[in-house]
Amino acid sequence: MGQVSLVDVSKRFALRVEKEVHVVNALNGVSFDVKDGEIAVLIGPSGCGKTTALRIAMGLETATRGRVMVDGRTVTGCGYDRGLVFQHAELLPWLTAFQNVMFGLEMKGMRGAELKDTAMRYLKLVGLEQSANRRPHQLSGGMKQRVGIARALAIDPAVLLMDEPFGALDAQTREGLQAELLDIQARTGKTILFVTHDLDEAVLLADRIIVLRAGSLQEIIEVGLPRPRGDLAAVRGSAEFAETRYRIWKALHQAETTH
Amino acid sequence: MTDNATAGRSAGAPPVPDVEPPKARQVPGWLITLLSLALAIGIWQYFGRDVNPVFGSYPSAIAAAFWEMLVSGELLSALFESLQAFLVGYVLAIVAGVPLGLVIGRSRVLEAALGVYVTAAYAMPLVALVPLLVLWLGLGFWVKACVVFLMAVFPVVINTWLGVRAVPKALIEVGKSFVAPNHVILRRIVLPATLPYIMAGIKLAVGRAVVAMVIAEFFTAISGLGGIIINSANNFETARMFVPIVVLMVLAIGLNWLVGWVERRVAPWQFEIAGRE
Repeated sequence: MGQVSLVDVSKRFALRVEKEVHVVNALNGVSFDVKDGEIAVLIGPSGCGKTTALRIAMGLETATRGRVMVDGRTVTGCGYDRGLVFQHAELLPWLTAFQNVMFGLEMKGMRGAELKDTAMRYLKLVGLEQSANRRPHQLSGGMKQRVGIARALAIDPAVLLMDEPFGALDAQTREGLQAELLDIQARTGKTILFVTHDLDEAVLLADRIIVLRAGSLQEIIEVGLPRPRGDLAAVRGSAEFAETRYRIWKALHQAETTH
Repeated sequence: MTDNATAGRSAGAPPVPDVEPPKARQVPGWLITLLSLALAIGIWQYFGRDVNPVFGSYPSAIAAAFWEMLVSGELLSALFESLQAFLVGYVLAIVAGVPLGLVIGRSRVLEAALGVYVTAAYAMPLVALVPLLVLWLGLGFWVKACVVFLMAVFPVVINTWLGVRAVPKALIEVGKSFVAPNHVILRRIVLPATLPYIMAGIKLAVGRAVVAMVIAEFFTAISGLGGIIINSANNFETARMFVPIVVLMVLAIGLNWLVGWVERRVAPWQFEIAGRE
């Protein structure tokens, strides 16, 4: 299982700028559901609260109001039912790719042969078994992020939370990883909550797109593209792709005019 | 992405002509250091001979005094005596300083409560306190070890503390996201991330510990290498006075090298990231 619900989540905090205290409404009563086995994409301009929402879902930050439920349980902190993929991979630089994947498993209490086998299985899943003994600085940006994905998946979470994981990569690497993520999702059936500001990426990956604007839910858009998506180049050329992309674009810009 | 990943790594394979060797060989650093030393010693020797032997000395005279003191056994017994107090104080400084720096860096409360003492104690004029320490600990081994400890511990604490503060928040969050308890985050993430800073602190402590040892030997029971320095100076035997000074400097260089060697063993990634040997 892997069902996520955000129920009326708000995040407000005071920020002191110079001598004035500003109240920042990072999130205003945001509610949405992610169904089991679905890829949901949170999209919006920077500062719209999408990363805050993801971090609250992970348990790294707390909501001022409202709550996050994963498979019916309220999130009170980090847990092995959720795996986080960081924006810049954040591999531990003193560990090899293999040891980085083992890290989360060790924290979960896995030991011995099972630990090594599991870590290697997930490195294979992301196609990096040949580079198992390299340290992060010997890996390209795309390879680092694959290790980050393997590390998060290895603990077998119900939900994978991804914070703009491909944002810092070049266009070609990004396309490769998008296809790979869809493939991994098809094989593992994981529920994924994915944060991005890239419209194309949102449409390519998502079953459901949650548009955020200035901390408020703007619109939820169901993507009609079939699964598996197959050839992504063809998907990009399809009418459905263009139409959905335009709907997100409109949702983002409508918001601009009303504010 | 893994196309030629392992091609260059197979150790026994014959060299491939189109592949550049792992690193280009230049004039080795140790050779440059040796040439620099030879030049400095040569200049000192050339001009040093013209100086009145009470006011100065020169390498060949120091070498002669060194040989004489080595053969008589005086130098080695003094060195042995000094090194014991030095090593005990220095090792205790590392053993106490690293954990203290780690917890001060990690805990806001401890930082506020203890940081001020550490910062102040780093600047403490220790020489002024030696008479007091002698009253507490006597004139023997432990007062020397204590002076060395007090001089060496603070650079270790401060460097470790600064290193902990420099650990990227995201790496801590990696630990948190896998539900690691605080002490595991400290040991598995903060400690390795801080190692380069810790090693820098340990290196800085070498110099301070050597100075502390000599101070201790001046002001407590006159003994060891510091004792030779002060006795020779009192007798205007300048060449003899320089022997322990040179020995101490060589010792410091050796210890620095040793710490560097240990660093390469325990934190090799740091050198690889910086792209230096």
